[in-house]
Amino acid sequence: MARTITFREAIIEAMALEMRRDPTVILMGEDVAGGATLPHMEGENKEAWGGVLGASKGLVIEFGRDRVRDTPISESAYIGAAVGAASTGLRPIAELMFVDFLGVCFDQIFNQGAKMRYMFGGKAQVPVVIRTTIGAGFGAAAQHSECLYSIFTHIPGLKTVVPSTPYDAKGLLSSAIRDNDPVIFFEHKLLYGLEGEVPEDNYTVPLGVADVKREGQDLTIVTLGRMVHFSLEAAEKLSSDGVDVEVVDLRSLSPMDEETILNSVKKTHRLIVVDEDFPRCSMATDVVALVAGQAFDYLDAPPKMITPPHTLVPFSPVLEQAYIPSVDTIVSTVQSLM
Amino acid sequence: MAEINKEQLLWAYERMRLIRTFEDRVAELFAEGKLPGFVHLYAGEEAMGVGVISHLTDKDYITSTHRGHGHCIAKGVDVNSMMAEVYGKATGACKGKGGSMHIADVDKGMLGANGIVGAGGPLACGSGLTAKILGTDQVTVCFFGDGAAEQGTMHEAMNLASIWKLPVVFVCENNGYAETTPWGYHCAAKDISDRAVAYDMPGATIDGADFFAVYEAAEVAIEQARKGQGPSLVECRGFRYYGHFQGDSMLYFTEEEKARNHANDPIESFKKQVLERGLLSEAEIAEIDAKTTKMVQDAVEFAEESPWPVPEDVLTTDVYVSYP
Repeated sequence: MARTITFREAIIEAMALEMRRDPTVILMGEDVAGGATLPHMEGENKEAWGGVLGASKGLVIEFGRDRVRDTPISESAYIGAAVGAASTGLRPIAELMFVDFLGVCFDQIFNQGAKMRYMFGGKAQVPVVIRTTIGAGFGAAAQHSECLYSIFTHIPGLKTVVPSTPYDAKGLLSSAIRDNDPVIFFEHKLLYGLEGEVPEDNYTVPLGVADVKREGQDLTIVTLGRMVHFSLEAAEKLSSDGVDVEVVDLRSLSPMDEETILNSVKKTHRLIVVDEDFPRCSMATDVVALVAGQAFDYLDAPPKMITPPHTLVPFSPVLEQAYIPSVDTIVSTVQSLM
Repeated sequence: MAEINKEQLLWAYERMRLIRTFEDRVAELFAEGKLPGFVHLYAGEEAMGVGVISHLTDKDYITSTHRGHGHCIAKGVDVNSMMAEVYGKATGACKGKGGSMHIADVDKGMLGANGIVGAGGPLACGSGLTAKILGTDQVTVCFFGDGAAEQGTMHEAMNLASIWKLPVVFVCENNGYAETTPWGYHCAAKDISDRAVAYDMPGATIDGADFFAVYEAAEVAIEQARKGQGPSLVECRGFRYYGHFQGDSMLYFTEEEKARNHANDPIESFKKQVLERGLLSEAEIAEIDAKTTKMVQDAVEFAEESPWPVPEDVLTTDVYVSYP
């Protein structure tokens, strides 16, 4: 039986393996090294943080401060530096602590990183990975809890990846680091502790290939990230009622595996999209539009979206739980379509 | 006067003259309605870009601004491909996808003119970081204007470059106006270079219309960066002859100011100095004048005769390296 590790450990392992494999891979971000190896910590060789959520712990000890760089709280400067370094020969991984902080550095991502290749007529490539954390359920309120992957997916030139399991996280991150385009890699904060089987060797999971996490005949749920687990839980509950749900984990949004979505809907004739991101101009609307345009005749029921309301992420636990799509909502929505 | 050999003087005069001739011709072409979009012209600022880039090789990097034609020409980007790009032709430096504001040639170390004011600072830290980590002696020069000096990105970038001791030279081309807003109004500092103190790096303000002053200041700063001793800030005070963009009414300039600028022309000043000191001859100057005039004329012909890009072929290419 394969080894079991957490989602967080899978992320760290992918970076470590790629950094051993390729000396041009570096990591930078706020607190990604923590205190280790700085003069005032001399003799202790202890890592204070290894990232605010511990998702780079141990890397500075192995690779040193040249390749694992703490940055000032200057997201524009270091995300832009990652883009500039990528266009001149490195493969930087930059960690944006919370995706919500894109507000202070978006120019460097979408006006520089995403556009350089096109504006320069194909003469540049920008193999940068921006790792960032997403998701509500942490009691962190409106500026530390969003998903926002739809915003990045909207921009041509960027690739967007949202893993749901430790196995996928490791393989997709390795692919992202080796990819020659800018990739935004979204890690759900409430998945870091999730355990799963992960091989020790260095493997990749291709970008743009969805994974059917549960096969079923009666209805297709298209989802990603933490909502994959909610959907699987709902599917288990429904199976005791005799409803056989298929769960498609998109894994990446750009590129998006349209074929797997369409094939699944053509088989089940029913579609629900479960998405934790905001509902307007989103992954959910995109998938529904795809199916409406290309598999309309196969549908036996109107496609449904299960998302938060068009509102911001609230603080109070009562409000936050009401905000996040729930297993019960998924179950009742499936039942309403059967 | 700094140590500078004849070959370098000839190169510097040719580049400055080529920039001026190119920009004056682009201004005419724009007025004739031959160019799509809009253009920001570098005429008047030649000594700054050329004086700095005199010390760089093709392996060194520059980041540029919306007013980037001069930096491109000084860095050695082919003027035919530049003119074709300004026309939006298929033979352009960027296949017609970038235009005047995004001319780039990564092979020449030119990391792009940039439509976002102040965006080059972080990118320059990136190419500086590449050189530092790969252990090369490449230097990056980040050109930015007085307008960009007030962008947070520039402050973040100068701080980052300093704490990481990156081989980056920040060159502020202070042409006096952020679009139409005078720098004395938009800048709280007495000199933009005063800000170097806050980033613990050397700072200097020099006459950007004096090629030799720029050449000397840049030599010191670039040498320091190349030796791994970290970044510097050089503020070049100068002016532009055209508006923020070509066609701008320039009502924010006084007539007296315009006359003063023309009396202080960087190319005339260079010529006067090299002739008086017998470093170059009238004949050598005339030869370069004729050569650059022909180069620009050839570039216009090349651009006009070049085909338009074919949408079916290139509209959606170059977005990604690979996209399944």
